Amino acid sequence: MPAIGAALDNGKTEEPYWKRIFSGFEKSQEWMRGTKPDVAIIVYNDHASTFSVEMIPTFALGCAAEFPPADEGWGPRPVPVVKGHPALASHIAQSVILDEFDLTICNKMEVDHGMTVPMNLLFGKVEKSGHWPCPVIPLAVNVVMYPPPTGHRCFMLGRAIRKAVESYPDDLKVVIFGTGGLSHQISGPRAGLINSKWDKNFLDNLSNNPQKLVKIPHIDYMREAGAEGIEMVMWLIMRGALDDKVEEVYRFYTVPASNTAVGHIILANRGRGGARKSAAKVKRPAGKLKRAAAQAKVERIRG
Amino acid sequence: MARERHDYDDIPGTFVFDAERSRQGYGINMFCMSLMKDDNRRAFKANEAEYLKKFNLTPEQTDAILKRDYNRMLELGGNIYFTAKLGATDGHSFQHLAALMTGSTQQDYASMMLAGGRSVEGNRSRSGKNAPSKYLRAAGGKKTASAGKRKAKPKSKTRSAKRK
Repeated sequence: MPAIGAALDNGKTEEPYWKRIFSGFEKSQEWMRGTKPDVAIIVYNDHASTFSVEMIPTFALGCAAEFPPADEGWGPRPVPVVKGHPALASHIAQSVILDEFDLTICNKMEVDHGMTVPMNLLFGKVEKSGHWPCPVIPLAVNVVMYPPPTGHRCFMLGRAIRKAVESYPDDLKVVIFGTGGLSHQISGPRAGLINSKWDKNFLDNLSNNPQKLVKIPHIDYMREAGAEGIEMVMWLIMRGALDDKVEEVYRFYTVPASNTAVGHIILANRGRGGARKSAAKVKRPAGKLKRAAAQAKVERIRG
Repeated sequence: MARERHDYDDIPGTFVFDAERSRQGYGINMFCMSLMKDDNRRAFKANEAEYLKKFNLTPEQTDAILKRDYNRMLELGGNIYFTAKLGATDGHSFQHLAALMTGSTQQDYASMMLAGGRSVEGNRSRSGKNAPSKYLRAAGGKKTASAGKRKAKPKSKTRSAKRK
């Protein structure tokens, strides 16, 4: 992802190597423009930018009004400050903590490429002086230090987030991005590992049979998808926020992007009564959440 | 104290950054974090050994950093997202570091990635647990469900036989 960010920032997206990757996101950007979310919840991992090793929260929710791009050692990425949605974020925090998910609340937080690169891939290029198309609620997950939360825990947190969004008084169109690598290992003598078969299988089940995925133990992710491939548990938060049955709107997968496989999938709740819902995925995938009007008990998910 | 044993120690060529390594490698990782600031990068480059004294490192850790032995840093508690900052301070791309850790040239590493990366086949286990994950085998769409079942049965028999 850092390499993808650098390619974006340095105008290399038309070079053949990178064009193959960026063109895979064009349809998704179109979908996102059509979906026009009111808010995006973005599940991602911090890469030694905000959290370092001094504090390692398992789940950290950004409740601030804005999130500046972090300086990762080469200056902040040239993208606008990310605006938050403090009202919905604090509502989610309150709801999921009472549902027994012990979130860390961040009222001050910088965001690194782990979040802003997926935003560019799905929202397109945004000048530093411009604006992102919607407010964002960051949800940082520890996948750097072992053990990260289990896939099951992630999935259940997604469900709790959905419940929180649905009980929010305003009717908002919410998309949720699950991000993180597919198979990849970037550390040690086994670096360079890619397992396309695993990735494709994961994406198939993400669409049709997520209950299979929640049972995967960490050792299997690490053996099959690489030490850093364990980041895939983050996709399950997105998936947990969606309906059991979803529509797969779009999928893209390619190898390699620098050191990793890259793919994404857009899932949408099947609309009821004509409403289309959707989920997004992110740069790795984004899932889209939905949001429902609590009072009307109608979900319009989308996005 | 000897390191506790874990199931993931069986994965070849891999140092899992777990809670124990996180504790042990705190100094390495905080040193690497300090390199986010230009003044610190200069101070480090001016006198590496002296600069490292600020971080409460063991002699082995100091040695690994000075020698740029990236695998040893990981083994002693460094984390790749942090040690990559040392590589960047030296002016190296991430791919350069990856090649170094795998013992290949950058060109060979880049060619391997372009060809689809390192295969998982033969790289799952130090102790011969090279059968694909049962979650991988069980996964799959409706199309392959019946074929998958047929395959899975004899395999699971073989495996339980082996265990006995």
